Amino acid sequence: MGLLDKHSVLERNATLLLIFAFLVVTIGGIVEIAPLFYLENVIEDVEGVRPYTPLELTGRDVYIREGCYLCHSQMIRPMRDEVERYGHYSLAAESKYDHPFQWGSKRTGPDLARVGGRYSDAWHVDHLTNPQSVVPESVMPKYGFLSNRMIDGRYISDRLSTDAMVGVPYNSDMIENAKADFMAQADPDADTDGLLERYPNAVNVRNFDGRPGLSEMDALIAYLQVLGTMVDFSTFQPVASR
Amino acid sequence: MSKKPTKKHEVETTGHQWDGIEEYNNPLPKWWLYTFYICIIWGIGYSIAMPAWPIFKSGATPGLLGSSTRANVQADIDKFAAMNKPVQEKLVAVNLDEIASDPELKNFTQNAGGAIFRTWCAQCHGAGAGGNSQLGYPNLLDSDWLWGGTMDDIHFTVTHGIRNETDPTEEARFSQMPAFGKDEILSTEEISQVVQYVRKISGQDNDATLAAAGETVFADNCSACHAEDGTGDQAQGAPNLTDAIWLYGGDVDTITYTVANARTGVMPNWNERLSEADIRAVTAYVHGLGGGQ
Repeated sequence: MGLLDKHSVLERNATLLLIFAFLVVTIGGIVEIAPLFYLENVIEDVEGVRPYTPLELTGRDVYIREGCYLCHSQMIRPMRDEVERYGHYSLAAESKYDHPFQWGSKRTGPDLARVGGRYSDAWHVDHLTNPQSVVPESVMPKYGFLSNRMIDGRYISDRLSTDAMVGVPYNSDMIENAKADFMAQADPDADTDGLLERYPNAVNVRNFDGRPGLSEMDALIAYLQVLGTMVDFSTFQPVASR
Repeated sequence: MSKKPTKKHEVETTGHQWDGIEEYNNPLPKWWLYTFYICIIWGIGYSIAMPAWPIFKSGATPGLLGSSTRANVQADIDKFAAMNKPVQEKLVAVNLDEIASDPELKNFTQNAGGAIFRTWCAQCHGAGAGGNSQLGYPNLLDSDWLWGGTMDDIHFTVTHGIRNETDPTEEARFSQMPAFGKDEILSTEEISQVVQYVRKISGQDNDATLAAAGETVFADNCSACHAEDGTGDQAQGAPNLTDAIWLYGGDVDTITYTVANARTGVMPNWNERLSEADIRAVTAYVHGLGGGQ
């Protein structure tokens, strides 16, 4: 018994109990919480990763709204078979501007972390409209209605501000011009100088769904086509210690 | 294992008493207690041996064992790469046309190329490479090629793709048929004439009067790419219109839509995702499907 019996001293003295309970909670807290203050350290700086453009961000919201994450992960694990099938394993930096991230753990469909550029826009329209028309064995539902849901980017500045509040480096220039950038990205005839200046890397400017007007289909395809394309893996050197 | 008390007084009580109810002071089961202690020791040992605390600017503490997920996957990739290296080096070194006559390379390209095709190409061209006549993804089994069916042509197409803006060398095959209706180059009447003419040269039912008028329209507007006799030009990706093999469809409505709005199928460039050996393997696989020239 001995030492352990001494805890009766604590149990009989409210002040001592308070002090020691506080000490125990402090130690537990330091061990569990303090490493999180250094979490930034494990996210390596990778060249090319940028915040989503307004249209891509809107597409991402459609992706989340439709629950795509329930069947599709966005996380290529560091295993040979995954690298063979999907491409370079995912880096933490690639989803550092994702709120919330879409890593997922359920794959009814394939991983989408590097789907950008893998298919043509027309394929995405065909596939989202009727997945079975291109992949007969697919069990994916049809999302053709996205083509008919037009979007105007009314609240897109607020949307960017919200992400900026949680740490995405949208500057005031990006937020002020969010609507202009939103409209320009899916319009090949628009003046895209501003858009390309604000988002210099990996921006696709096309009429994504091939139809007039700006629909959720455009936004979703813009998002899908940028996934995994921001980092140039021909120059990226992995640091083995990570 | 702690003994179960058979009688009340074999185990000490805590000394507390509430209305005559006493509380036993049973020790924790030994197996549980020691497992708990071992877990604590294991946890401390593990965080020393393996990467754990993210306190350094360069990342987490590396751990004494030097374990690294990235190094592990790289080692795994390297192991298989080393096994494939001799045949892949040979594949990259030989002339494209010699692949089919080398039994080792032929065997390799059939298997590796098939796997690559099913992973990267089947989504558009179909698992059996039969294409998709409903949506206009080319059939790779027949001998009707848009951009050429020789090993060199297929190799170039796979490497750079078609009408994409993502090829870093900007050598994607490009051709743009004018949207004769949408851009108001031809009148609705002229379009219906030329559609009937295309029906005629492809050996289908047609309106002879309209087709006769359409011949002039064709010669003025279409023959530069599709050739005067409509047999197309693979250098420009202009399809042969006389063979009754259709990418999008040969009925009047579909041809009318094609003439009016043009078609611009896109194929991604694969030079960024696949190695040269992989591209050659899938080229040989596609070439060997039946239509290779």
